[in-house]
Amino acid sequence: MSSLLKIDGMSVTFATPRGNLRAVNDVTIELLQGESLGVVGESGSGKTVLSRATMGLLPGTATRTGTITYNGKVISELPKDEVRELWGTGMAMIFQDPMTALNPVRRIGSQLTESLTVRLGMDKKAAKLKAIELLKRVRIPDPESMLRKFPYQLSGGMRQRIMIAIAVSCEPELLFADEPTTALDVTVQAQVLDLITELRKESNMAMILVTHDLGVVAGHTDKIAVMYAGDVVEYAPTRQLFSNMKMPYTEALLKSIPRLETPTGSRLPVIEGRLPDPTKNEPGCPFANRCPYVQDKCRAEKPPLKDAGNNHFYRCWFPIGGEK
Amino acid sequence: MAGSGKAHMRPDGDTVLTVEDLTVEFKLGKDKIVKAVSGVSFDLVRGETLAVVGESGCGKSTLGKAILQLPKPNSGSVNFLSTELTTLGKKELRDMRPAMQMIFQDPVSSLDPRLPVSEVLAEPLRVWKRGNQVEIDAKIDELLNAVNLDPKVVRDRRSYEFSGGQCQRISIARALALDPTMIICDEPVSALDVSVQAQILNLLQDMKDRYGLTLMFISHDLAVVKAVSTRVMVMYLGKVCEVAPPDELYQNTKHHYTRALVASVPIPDPERPISSGFIQGEPPSPMNPPSGCRFRTRCPAASEKCAAEEPQLREVAVGHFVACHHPIEE
Repeated sequence: MSSLLKIDGMSVTFATPRGNLRAVNDVTIELLQGESLGVVGESGSGKTVLSRATMGLLPGTATRTGTITYNGKVISELPKDEVRELWGTGMAMIFQDPMTALNPVRRIGSQLTESLTVRLGMDKKAAKLKAIELLKRVRIPDPESMLRKFPYQLSGGMRQRIMIAIAVSCEPELLFADEPTTALDVTVQAQVLDLITELRKESNMAMILVTHDLGVVAGHTDKIAVMYAGDVVEYAPTRQLFSNMKMPYTEALLKSIPRLETPTGSRLPVIEGRLPDPTKNEPGCPFANRCPYVQDKCRAEKPPLKDAGNNHFYRCWFPIGGEK
Repeated sequence: MAGSGKAHMRPDGDTVLTVEDLTVEFKLGKDKIVKAVSGVSFDLVRGETLAVVGESGCGKSTLGKAILQLPKPNSGSVNFLSTELTTLGKKELRDMRPAMQMIFQDPVSSLDPRLPVSEVLAEPLRVWKRGNQVEIDAKIDELLNAVNLDPKVVRDRRSYEFSGGQCQRISIARALALDPTMIICDEPVSALDVSVQAQILNLLQDMKDRYGLTLMFISHDLAVVKAVSTRVMVMYLGKVCEVAPPDELYQNTKHHYTRALVASVPIPDPERPISSGFIQGEPPSPMNPPSGCRFRTRCPAASEKCAAEEPQLREVAVGHFVACHHPIEE
């Protein structure tokens, strides 16, 4: 398989009244065709900014550095309207909140056919037929009557299916899914995740799945990047990550997930404290103040990204299980 | 399932709350009626945490609000501390309010952005004349300390200066201000990150032990419920499906809907992918619920009997009740 997306040394800063806020620090990630990557972290870890910066969806206050190579072409230096050409057909995005991402005053049909007529140059009739086919693909019953409905008439799960149908309508090679199931019930979440995985397999579509829940990425990704305070702190194939975790932060994140096996009345393990202030540039490991294994070296010097072999990278002076 | 019945009630227990045949319906236009809660009965024994679990639209939040008479239910009885709430007048009902409090899902929007934290907490104390300014100030510090916030740092800040987890701590402090007997927690951690979720769940447990609270915990996430509850009630489309202690419910699941909920919980293990295979689609409209058992249209075990006859809750093991004609066999 050939390389689809390569992000090399990307950093994103926002100009704020309190100074420059560093949202993403020197992130390097590569995605092959058809591969799926999970980006996991708490609110404020930079995971959403990473995916938006890659697509070129940053506000004017943001500065992005580093190079992004898409299908062998450097796109990070391209003017905005040329990046735009990639949207829909190259990269597409499913947003977190299906309630607000759809236009409330336009019918589903017109929102779904828009990209088909604009991007693929279909006429109205062909676009409508294609829209019905897309609705069938995302398992919406009675797709023809769906075209005439407004978003408010639909449940959250139905709206997220519509969002997915719009995102895959021009058959993108890369799908960004930013917390696609966070606003949904668990039963619907399971259905939506299965649906995305099926659609990916049908068309060999690559995916970057952004979430705060390690449980969601476990069964649906090939590899995982764990982010903390703008850094990728652990980066490994999914099975490797779960079986041979190196970062204390990843471990803490995993332990804090409530499970069905949790004994009733027991205390859940928590990660005490908070993310460091992103406008300050303090020395040492950003996780040091919350880390159960912290030592003096961690507070003094920020650890570099180390290679554990098997495509497994981590950013820690004292990794779980030692250096190899 | 999704049936009626009272087999799971404990009339001999030290009950704080007894709800019987509670029905809440909303009128939508001329002939459209949303049947949000249909004949639900349950009780809360002092010191227990009852979790109410179900998908969006199953009536769990409406149930919580109807207990607080927000708005009053269409029919049925709500008996709280030996007082029937549904027939109380405005003034008498108001007098009951300090004893029953609520924590809402969205911690940021449930706090007034213009009020500093000290005012958020002082307001209920002042309205109910709980002491002079010095006593109120002392109480505010006690409440903030109880929820692990530093009074010196947070007193004068406003809600927008806090993270979601901190706002939820403030909401909990506010709910505790009037020394309630019962708190209804409506999805208190759904809007929070997993790492913060655990902190808030632990805090709720601590507060329950410290202040001797009785909790009703509304959630759509069975895994969250497992850690905090002593009894779980699964709801579907306004009806009760299954009631059991959490260990019994997960190890010896009897209702097909409960099994689907359990199977949908994401497990952080790549070798055990989550399964959406047990049920498909979404619940039917509560405006026109199916006849008989309301779950039958999505149930793998549905038979003709399920369409004709509504299942009643019955005991299948000690403390384990299910409303289903064809419960899951071992």
